[in-house]
Amino acid sequence: MYALREALAAFRRAPVLTGLSSAMVGLALYVVGLFGLATYNLRLALTSVEERVEIAVYLRDDARQSEIDLALTELAGIPEVRSVSFISKRDALERARADLPDFGELWGDLEVNPLPQSLEVELRPGSRDPEVVERVSQAAAAYAFVEDVRYGQDWVDKLFTLRRIGAATTAVLGSAFAVVAALIIGTALRIAIFARRDEIYVMRLVGAKGSFIRRPFLVEGAIAGLLGGLLAWALTYATYRGVYTYLFEVAWLPGEWIGLGLLAGGFFGAMSSALAIRRHLREV
Amino acid sequence: MIKLTNVSKEYPKRGYALRDVSFHLKKGQFAFFTGHSGSGKTTTMRLVHMAEKPTQGEVRVTGYSSESVTERGLWQVRRRVGYVFQDFRLLPGRTALENVAFVLEVTGTPRKAIVPIAQRLLAQVGLAPKAGAFVNELSGGEQQRVSIARALANDPFVLLADEPTGNLDERATRGILDLFWDINAKGMAVLMATHDLELIKRYPHARVFELDQGRLVYDSAPD
Repeated sequence: MYALREALAAFRRAPVLTGLSSAMVGLALYVVGLFGLATYNLRLALTSVEERVEIAVYLRDDARQSEIDLALTELAGIPEVRSVSFISKRDALERARADLPDFGELWGDLEVNPLPQSLEVELRPGSRDPEVVERVSQAAAAYAFVEDVRYGQDWVDKLFTLRRIGAATTAVLGSAFAVVAALIIGTALRIAIFARRDEIYVMRLVGAKGSFIRRPFLVEGAIAGLLGGLLAWALTYATYRGVYTYLFEVAWLPGEWIGLGLLAGGFFGAMSSALAIRRHLREV
Repeated sequence: MIKLTNVSKEYPKRGYALRDVSFHLKKGQFAFFTGHSGSGKTTTMRLVHMAEKPTQGEVRVTGYSSESVTERGLWQVRRRVGYVFQDFRLLPGRTALENVAFVLEVTGTPRKAIVPIAQRLLAQVGLAPKAGAFVNELSGGEQQRVSIARALANDPFVLLADEPTGNLDERATRGILDLFWDINAKGMAVLMATHDLELIKRYPHARVFELDQGRLVYDSAPD
């Protein structure tokens, strides 16, 4: 209770300094927020492309229904497979007519349906990498009544490479931004702590416990971090609205990302404050 | 109560600040520490306050030894040893009452008791009427009285005063010394560092230690 009271009193006594600390924290986290926004939209774009990864298993015309049913069950039993659908020759033709209306007359003139029956294998999200696609394709190709298996190997390989580049960039840049943010937050809070060095000195002088001295600063750091997080959220949202309105359509961050960001602000604030006060206590 | 045994203190760049100093201050004694600037007065005070550790020898304060004191022991010692500075070291932006109350609060005094105790302490140093005044509204002598009230907050057994009158005029100096004697008369030991020999002469009953270049060269009442 004392810690919270003192932390709030610190904001009251030096509103400019603590406001500046929060603003610095906010700007540092704003950069992280922008990065998060970019990462999230990149991830959405990749996911929408990934959803198109599908394995088409073309069957011979003489395949028996019992064999097809068995293949359907066995392929659906593979853990990475989300669903397997059977597309009959007739369904394939219907689809072709719907998808390619420009060839309307051609479809009408057909005496024999040239399109093969097939199985469409959809993979679970997170399992659409080349290795899994290859493995499931081989399992499908092993059936004697399978004519051909197509999944666009080059395309899947490129997509996977793109996703790996995205993940590596996220990890490296995200860590770099987080470190920079932590350094800025630490510096801002060190300034705030330095401004209260007299108080710390008096507390040491009269025998206040170390934990007692640290606690208000931890709370103050957490509050500054949370306020900074809120500021960062507001700035990121304003940027998002600007981009959405004037440039191109982007998606806003999910609630849990924002919650996590605010918590990270509070956590960074408290940790930076803990490090700064620890260092300061060693000096006085 | 306070015992220094063959204490030396050496700083890496400055060299020796104290050399082989030994003395024993008993309960309720009033003692002056005198000597030129740099003679080791402040170092002695800081060692007694356990703000520093001796390079050699042992400092014992109310049962705690500099050789074995723990973090917990350190704050116990500091609560039992009041400290008054030449430059007061009060918290600006707070009133006299708040400065005293701050110490009580950070050392765990129950909340309801803080203000009455702080008011009593300010009354004890003759500053009750100025309890609500901010530090910058007080004269030097008044600020030092607040600092003394603050040092008394934890009911210490000894009051260390490092050149407490160094920034005060003659009249304020006399007032502060009289206050120290009153405090001492109630049983609290006082150890005051001063380079002012004229001041010391006015209190012939006090014990006097003299330091010269870090060595204790005179003790008016050795054991």
